[in-house]
Amino acid sequence: MNHSPSRKYKTFIFTGLGSALMIAVLLSPLASNHPDGLDRVAQDHNFEKKAEINPPAQKLPFYAIFDEYSLRGVPKSVATPLAGLIGTLVAFGLGWGLGKIGSKKSDSPDSPS
Amino acid sequence: MINFLALPLPTLALHIPDGFLSLPVSLVTGAFSLVLLIISLKQVEKDYQDRVVPLMGVCAAFVFAAQMINFPIPGGTSGHLLGGTLVGILLGPWAGSLVMTVVFIVQALLFQDGGLTALGANIFNMGLIGTFGGYYLYKVIRLLFGFSRWRGMAMGTAIAAWTSVVVAALFCSVQLAFSGTVPLQFALFAMLSWHFVIGIGEALITLTVVSYIWRTRPDLIFDSPRPSLSPKL
Repeated sequence: MNHSPSRKYKTFIFTGLGSALMIAVLLSPLASNHPDGLDRVAQDHNFEKKAEINPPAQKLPFYAIFDEYSLRGVPKSVATPLAGLIGTLVAFGLGWGLGKIGSKKSDSPDSPS
Repeated sequence: MINFLALPLPTLALHIPDGFLSLPVSLVTGAFSLVLLIISLKQVEKDYQDRVVPLMGVCAAFVFAAQMINFPIPGGTSGHLLGGTLVGILLGPWAGSLVMTVVFIVQALLFQDGGLTALGANIFNMGLIGTFGGYYLYKVIRLLFGFSRWRGMAMGTAIAAWTSVVVAALFCSVQLAFSGTVPLQFALFAMLSWHFVIGIGEALITLTVVSYIWRTRPDLIFDSPRPSLSPKL
């Protein structure tokens, strides 16, 4: 059928990725730091202390790079935007990669979609 | 500087940290998510064309970014987009579930957000409830109120997005209660009352994105409105 991966589709993909990156970089410093739903309930009902203080993720090599959503070793003002930038690109790459592994090549028996 | 207090992270949302779930609850939710994901991968292999691949990347990127943005709600609490329903609407439940899983894995591995031992529960609550439950609810509402009309699309989108957040909070409460972390009646009341409101944020953001795509590239919606282009139905 008419699905040449057209310039329009590419534009859409770039627009989508671009907006995601803008959100991660520009809006992340503005995010509310109020406790969120589960956090708040954990505080109100006194079970927040049950959260592991040294969770296993801190033993991963990534912990040397990111302290939660802050990139280590850069000025505080850019630590979260940069973490957001990297995280968004990684998510993009993995989402794309997983799709690539899973989906059919359209040059193989091309059943019209 | 909050990070220097050894207290829990300022960015939990519905993300369950390590320590809140008992081993049996971790294992059961983990196994359940794993089975659904294997089915999803099989379905993607069977059904999807590679044209969808870039869109999967974009959806993963968008949900990851959007989940960083906590919006305040009245009462000194905040919430953020979960995105499962959004991604289910755009990619369908199968590819959508894979995309949501990517996001939670990146958050847990790279950014210590959401416990590794709670990964299965988090994938299920914040991802699969939206990509399956949210998607099918949206589809039923859309079929009832006009499949190819914006009215049906909008109602389905908003209601499903809101419901997915409330149901996610409900499942989270039950998991916490089963783990002996907090009594069910406290968990339910507290979690649901906050997430009734957080769900409105989910509905508004989901509606905004879906309306943009409806106007610009309706053919990219999994159940695309023009019947001639729609593979399903």
